Amino acid sequence: MALEQAVTASDAELGLAPVDKPRGMFVRAWEVFAENKLAIAGLAFVVFIFLFCFVGPHLYVTDQVTTSLDNYLCTPGGSHLLGCDELGYDELGRLMVGGQTSLEVGLAAAVVSVFIGTIYGAISGFAGGFVDALMMRIVDAGLSLPSLMVIMILSVIFHPTPTVIIFIIAVFYWFGVARLVRGETLALRTREYVQAVKVIGGRPMRSVLRHIVPNAIGTIIVQATFAVADSILTLSVLGFLTLGVAPPNTDWGSMLSGGLQFMQGGNYWWLIYPPGVLIVLTCISFNFIGDALRDAFETRLQRR
Amino acid sequence: MVGFLIRRTGQAIFVLFLVTLATLALVHLFPGGPVRALLGVRATSAQIAYYNNLYGFNQPFYVQYLKWVGQLLHGNLGFSNHLNQSVTSLIAQCLPRTVVLVLLGTIVSLLFGIPLGVYQAVHRNSVTDYVLTGVSFLGYSTPTFFLGILVVDWFSVDVHIFPPFAPQGTTITAILGDPRALVLPVFTYAFILYALWSRYMRSSVLDNLVQDYVRTARAKGAGERRVIWRHVFRNSLSSIVTLLGLSIPGLVGGAILIEVVFNYPGMGLAFYQAALNVDYEVLLGFTVLACVATIVGNLLADVGYAVLDPRVRY
Repeated sequence: MALEQAVTASDAELGLAPVDKPRGMFVRAWEVFAENKLAIAGLAFVVFIFLFCFVGPHLYVTDQVTTSLDNYLCTPGGSHLLGCDELGYDELGRLMVGGQTSLEVGLAAAVVSVFIGTIYGAISGFAGGFVDALMMRIVDAGLSLPSLMVIMILSVIFHPTPTVIIFIIAVFYWFGVARLVRGETLALRTREYVQAVKVIGGRPMRSVLRHIVPNAIGTIIVQATFAVADSILTLSVLGFLTLGVAPPNTDWGSMLSGGLQFMQGGNYWWLIYPPGVLIVLTCISFNFIGDALRDAFETRLQRR
Repeated sequence: MVGFLIRRTGQAIFVLFLVTLATLALVHLFPGGPVRALLGVRATSAQIAYYNNLYGFNQPFYVQYLKWVGQLLHGNLGFSNHLNQSVTSLIAQCLPRTVVLVLLGTIVSLLFGIPLGVYQAVHRNSVTDYVLTGVSFLGYSTPTFFLGILVVDWFSVDVHIFPPFAPQGTTITAILGDPRALVLPVFTYAFILYALWSRYMRSSVLDNLVQDYVRTARAKGAGERRVIWRHVFRNSLSSIVTLLGLSIPGLVGGAILIEVVFNYPGMGLAFYQAALNVDYEVLLGFTVLACVATIVGNLLADVGYAVLDPRVRY
């Protein structure tokens, strides 16, 4: 997309910039990133949605603990800006509380899976030979498991709380990360500075953690961003299938699922559209950010 | 080529071993074990012990594994006590219906995704490219079920154009005989896949456009149309072939959400109901089938890739 223009622009700036101040990878990446309008819009929306979910409940105080059947499916307006659901919970307040679960699970699952995948992939690629082959066959096996089906089975087994769901999602996401990081490592481990560590007697773990992982950080960050979007989607899918977080917890997918039963009985749009639209906008924002970061760090991924 | 095939097949068999091991281990994660899941919380310990003995769950794990794999190799995927039928016969009922849905969805999505992806790459950074890119991003940021719900809301509830549920017929002819009911599920599935194909096609064509052979073709005086369709397009297709191989497991589980939203009686809906009923034999059988399909799909994709592109016969 904006890759070609963005790169030439920053190259030109590099030429013009005073030589005395070398700029880090992150500064350069930010300059490329900032030129992508979609990514800035995505970043703005992510900031907004975090404020909405975590600061919002302090400004727009609603009771999300006790049900009130007086407010059964009340229409938007008055004291309930977006109406109420079938238990009398204020829908706007519920979006904030549900959003907290969605965002927390999405971020935490991304961090956990990217962390595991990075370490595993870097060790595998660095070790090479038989160890690498064996470790990668395990990744192949993990990638051959039908993730949604096994995630459904695990949800049935564990009746998950948000914490458990984080690990259920992460267990399946790290395989892909591991494969990418391993590919990156294969390219990095022949570099002189990694060879030099070996020559001066550095341990393999030092090469992996101090030299290979930091140099693969672009790929890792990009993958983490996509992982957030994918984890939020997976959580919403589980919620829709009523296999997600158990009440009193809720998330956007569960809210959407709850609103479905009223779809054909009248125009209860506020039970379906707001949670659905928030899922879509949040995921698309993270995807925009990830796409721009990929341009910014000039990494190429197998995905999209 | 023969060496490549042998090595690749050996890898696939080893992965198959790991996957079946993991799948069987899943059964033992059920709280109280698989028999407790089957008999419920009121079963006495004597009953549990009886069934554990009957199904061999009291034997060492490796014995269970060998027996189970032996049964799998004989085509026995287990027996569902909830449905009182063998998992194989359940699959025989459901698989053709899912094949119809997945095949139609894939064809429709390819018909749109490939040409539009090529168009986007050739006219990159044009307004059309940005709009279509936006559509693709929408495609993989929208949960499948939400899109399904939206189209039902628009085209079945607000305007009564299409029925809100998929064809309920049991045979393929009955399903194909109700094309109006097929429109919404097939469209929903195709839209999600379209995002994938068009995106891959776009980047694949972009990669190929800067290759030397394109310059050679232009230097020889080939017209733009010939360069794109005879040279770039054919080379770009190889990545789609890989993806098609990778999408084979979609036959088993990929359409779960579509089938649940539209109540389409295929593999996905059967799996979902088994999950709600904790019908572990069905869960296990379907999962193993999906794994095998994935591994075979990967193998076929790699072999197909090697046939199409001699450079990758590493």
